[in-house]
Amino acid sequence: MKVAAKGGWLPLLQPILAVAAGLAAGLAVAGLAGESPWHVLKILARSAFGSPYDLGMSLFYATPLIFTGLAVALPLKAGLFNIGAEGQLTLGALAAAAVGALFPAVPWPWAPLLAGLAAFAAGAFWGFIPGWLRVRRGSHEVINTIMLNFIAAGLASWVTLYLLKNPASQNPETRDLGAGYAIAKLHVFGDAPVSSALFLALLAAAAVWVFLWKTVAGFEVRAVGENDVAARKAGIRDGRARILVMVLAGGLAGLVGIGEVLGNAGRFRLGFSPDFGFIGIAVALLARGRPEGVVAAGLLFGALHKGSADLDLETENVTRDLSLILQALVILSVSADGLWDWLKKRRTAP
Amino acid sequence: MTNETPAVELRGLQKRFGKVQANEDIHLRVRRGSIHAIIGENGAGKSTAMKMLYGMYRPDAGEIRVHGEQRSWASPSEAIAAGIGMVHQHFMLAGPYNAVENIVAGAETSEPRWRWLPRAFRPVDATGARARLEKLARQYGLEMNFDAPVEELAVGVQQRIEILKLLYRDASILILDEPTAVLTPQETEELFVNLRKLCAEGKTVLIITHKLKEVMAIADHVTVFRAGKVVGDIPRAGTSVEELASMMVGRKVNLTAAPPPPPERGEAVLDVRELSLASSVGGKHPIQNLSFDVRAGEIVGIAGVEGNGQSQLLQLLLHPRAYRKRSRGEIHCLGQPILAGKAALATAAIKALGVGVIPEDRHREGLLLERPVLENFLLGLHQRAPFARRGFVSLKAVRSAAARAIEEYDVRPRSLEVAAGGLSGGNQQKLIIAREFERSPRFMVAAQPTRGVDVGAIEFIHQRILRARAEGAGVLLVSSELDEILALSDRILVMYEGRIVARFNRGEATEQSLGIHMGGGSHS
Ligand SMILES: Nc1ncnc2c1ncn2[C@@H]1O[C@H](COP(=O)(O)OP(=O)(O)OP(=O)(O)O)[C@@H](O)[C@H]1O
Ligand SMILES: [Mg+2]
Repeated sequence: MKVAAKGGWLPLLQPILAVAAGLAAGLAVAGLAGESPWHVLKILARSAFGSPYDLGMSLFYATPLIFTGLAVALPLKAGLFNIGAEGQLTLGALAAAAVGALFPAVPWPWAPLLAGLAAFAAGAFWGFIPGWLRVRRGSHEVINTIMLNFIAAGLASWVTLYLLKNPASQNPETRDLGAGYAIAKLHVFGDAPVSSALFLALLAAAAVWVFLWKTVAGFEVRAVGENDVAARKAGIRDGRARILVMVLAGGLAGLVGIGEVLGNAGRFRLGFSPDFGFIGIAVALLARGRPEGVVAAGLLFGALHKGSADLDLETENVTRDLSLILQALVILSVSADGLWDWLKKRRTAP
Repeated sequence: MTNETPAVELRGLQKRFGKVQANEDIHLRVRRGSIHAIIGENGAGKSTAMKMLYGMYRPDAGEIRVHGEQRSWASPSEAIAAGIGMVHQHFMLAGPYNAVENIVAGAETSEPRWRWLPRAFRPVDATGARARLEKLARQYGLEMNFDAPVEELAVGVQQRIEILKLLYRDASILILDEPTAVLTPQETEELFVNLRKLCAEGKTVLIITHKLKEVMAIADHVTVFRAGKVVGDIPRAGTSVEELASMMVGRKVNLTAAPPPPPERGEAVLDVRELSLASSVGGKHPIQNLSFDVRAGEIVGIAGVEGNGQSQLLQLLLHPRAYRKRSRGEIHCLGQPILAGKAALATAAIKALGVGVIPEDRHREGLLLERPVLENFLLGLHQRAPFARRGFVSLKAVRSAAARAIEEYDVRPRSLEVAAGGLSGGNQQKLIIAREFERSPRFMVAAQPTRGVDVGAIEFIHQRILRARAEGAGVLLVSSELDEILALSDRILVMYEGRIVARFNRGEATEQSLGIHMGGGSHS
C-alpha cells in the first residue's frame, strides 16, 4: 500500500484501466446493435495495426491529434479552454500551402522550414486573437475561438477558391507546392502517408513538457492557472501569460499543416481535417492536460480513427461512427474522478 | 446517562497523512455544557483531531465516544445527525446567497402535505425554515440580516451564520476552529457572550484558538496539544497565559518583547497623498482623502475595525491599475509614482521595485494550494537569480533556498513536496512570510501577518519584522490585533470609515485610546 500512497503505479494504471473500461463499454454497445463485440474488436485491431501500412495510417492520424491535443492541453494549464484548434490548424495548413505555392523555387531544407514557420505563425495569430480579447476585453475565449473557427473556414474557402485555385484540379485545392517543400516519408510503413512530421509532433510534446515544468514562463503559466489572484500578487503578468499560451497553442495547432500539406497532399485541400481540432479536445481531456499523456492519447485516438474506418465495409450493423462512441466512452470513464476516488478509498480503508 | 458522562471523549486517536503523523495519541474528555479550549502550536494536530470527531477524516486508530457511546462515522452527515457541528478555520459559505439559503442548503424541509413526493422533488418550505431560523436567532442572540448576500456581510456576521447553521441542524456539540482569528475585538466579545448563552442552554463547545487571553476569558477547561499528542489538560482556573504559552511551545515565550529603539528614519518608501477611492456601487467612498507616508527604517501600523477601508487601501497600493478610474490622489513607492493622474503601474512592476507583501487572505492571494511547498516558495521569486537562469528555473537553487527557509521559519512538516493546502493554517502563513522576506524587500506590506499563528511563531514573526526595520526597510502593518499594532508600530494611524482619524507615535497610544478612535468615538 505504501507504493500506492506515493503514487508509483496508480496514476498510470488509472487511465489504462479507464481506457479498457471505455472500450469494453463501447464494444458492448456494438453488441446491442447486433454485432459480435469480438468480431468488432478484431476488425478494429486488424485495421489499426494489421500491417505496416495500417500502423502507418494510425500514426498518420495520430500526428495531427498530438498537435491539437497539445493546443488544447497547454491553455488548460492557464485555465483557458481553446476550442479553436480547428480554425488554427486550418489557417496553419493554408499558410504553409500558400508559401509553397507563392515561392515554389525555394530549395530544401529552407523550404519546409519557411513553410513550417508560416504554419506556426498563422496558427499563433489565430490563437493570439482570442487570447488578447480575453485579457484586454474580458470576452470569453470559448465563444471567440468557436467564432474564429467559422471565420477560418470561410477564409480558407476564399483563398483556396479565388486566390490560389489549382487550375489542374476539379477539387477545391490550392496550387501545388514547389519541389523543395516535401518532407521525408517514413517508408517502413509502405504507402501510408506518415512523415517525419510525426517526430516533430513528439518533439513538440517534449518541448511543451519542458516549457511547463522547467521554464520560468511555464511556471508563471501554471501559477496563473492555479490561482490568478495569487499569481498577480506575486508579480506575474497574468494577462501576458494567458496571451502567451494561446499564441503557443495556436502555433502548435498550425503545425498540423506540416504533416498534411508538406508530408501528404502537397497542397491545401479544403476540408482535409476530419475535425482534428475537436478530437484534440478529447485527446487533451484523456491526457488530463499532460503533454506525455497527449502523446499516448493521440496515438490511441489515431488508432481508433483508423481502426473504425473499416467498420463500414466489414460489419453489417455498425458504422465507423462507432469510433465516436468509443471515444466518448473512453473520455467518460477516464474523467469519472469520483469513481476512482471511491475505489481508492475502498482499497485503503482499514 | 449521568451528568458525569462526558459529552465527547477521544481515546488514543491516531491519524497519519503520508509521512506526517498528524495525530499520534489524542485523549480528550469534554464535560457536557462546558466550553473546552484546545490550544497548541501550528501543526500540532488540533484541526485534524476535530475533523475526525466531525467525521471528515477517519481515524487510523482510537476511539470516539459521544455521550458515552462509541461512534464512528463515514461522513460528516452522520456526525451531524449525532448532534455534532463544526465551523471551520476557513468558512464554507456560498457568497452570492443569503443567510437563509446558506443555512438551509442540505437540510431542506418541506410541509407535511408534500410527503407523498420523493424527497428530492418536495418543494422547500422557505417560510417555515425562515421562521425557525428567526426563532433560533432570537433565542441565542445571533442577530443578522437574513436577506443580504453573505459576501456583503462582515466576517463576524458570517460567523454567526455558520453557528446558526449548526443550531439549525440541532447540534448539541459545537466545534469552532479558530473562530476569533478573523474577528475584531468587539465581534469576539459578542461571540463569547453568545457562546456562554449556548452553554447555559446545555450545549457543549469545543474551541480552538491561538489567543491565550481568550482562553483565559472564556474556557472552563484547556487541553494543550503538541506534535500530535496531548501534553497538558487543566482547568482554566488556576493557570495563566504564561503557563499556557510555555506548555504549548515547550519553552518560555517572551510575549512582550520591547523592540530596540528605531534606527534613523530614512527616505519615504511609501508616500500617499490625498488619496480617495470612489465606491463601485455608489454610496460612501471607501477611502477618503488619505495622506501619510512610511519611511525607511520605520513601522507604520494601521489600526481599525475591519471594513473601514484598510482592504481597499491595500488593493490600491498593489493593484493601482485596476482602480485608476475610481481613484484620486497620488501614491509614490520607493521614489516611483505608482498612481498619479492617468499613470498607474502594474502589480508586477510595483513588486519589482522591491516590495514584499504578506496578503490578508492567504488562500486566495498568497498560495497555490494544490502545488507543493517548493513551488509556493518560488512564487514571486521565480524571476530573479539564482532561481531563474536564462529563462529556466534552477530547481537546485530553489530547493536549497527553500529548504533553508522552511528550516529558518520553522515550517512544519519540513517537506518541500507536500501541497501547500496540506499545511496547517499557521504553517501556510510562515511559508508566505519566509518567501516574502527572501526578497529582502525595501518596503513590506504586512496585512494581518500573525493571523492564525501560534504564540511561538508570533514572537518569531515580530522579530523578523523588527529585523527588517533594523536593516532599513519600511513596513506598513495592517492589523486588527491591537497588541500587535502597539508592540510593533513606530507610528500608529487609526482608520475609521475610510479616513485617518487619529495619529500616534510609539508609546502615546493605549489599547483604550485606540479602541475609542476605532469606534469613531472622538470623531462624531
Ligand atoms: N489534508 C492533509 N493532507 C496532508 N497533511 C495534512 C492534512 N491535514 C493536516 N495535515 C498535516 O497534519 C499536521 C497537523 O495539521 P492540523 O491542521 O491538524 O494542525 P493544527 O494544529 O490545526 O495547526 P494550525 O494551528 O496551524 O491550524 C500538519 O503537519 C499538517 O501539515
Ligand atoms: Mg488548524
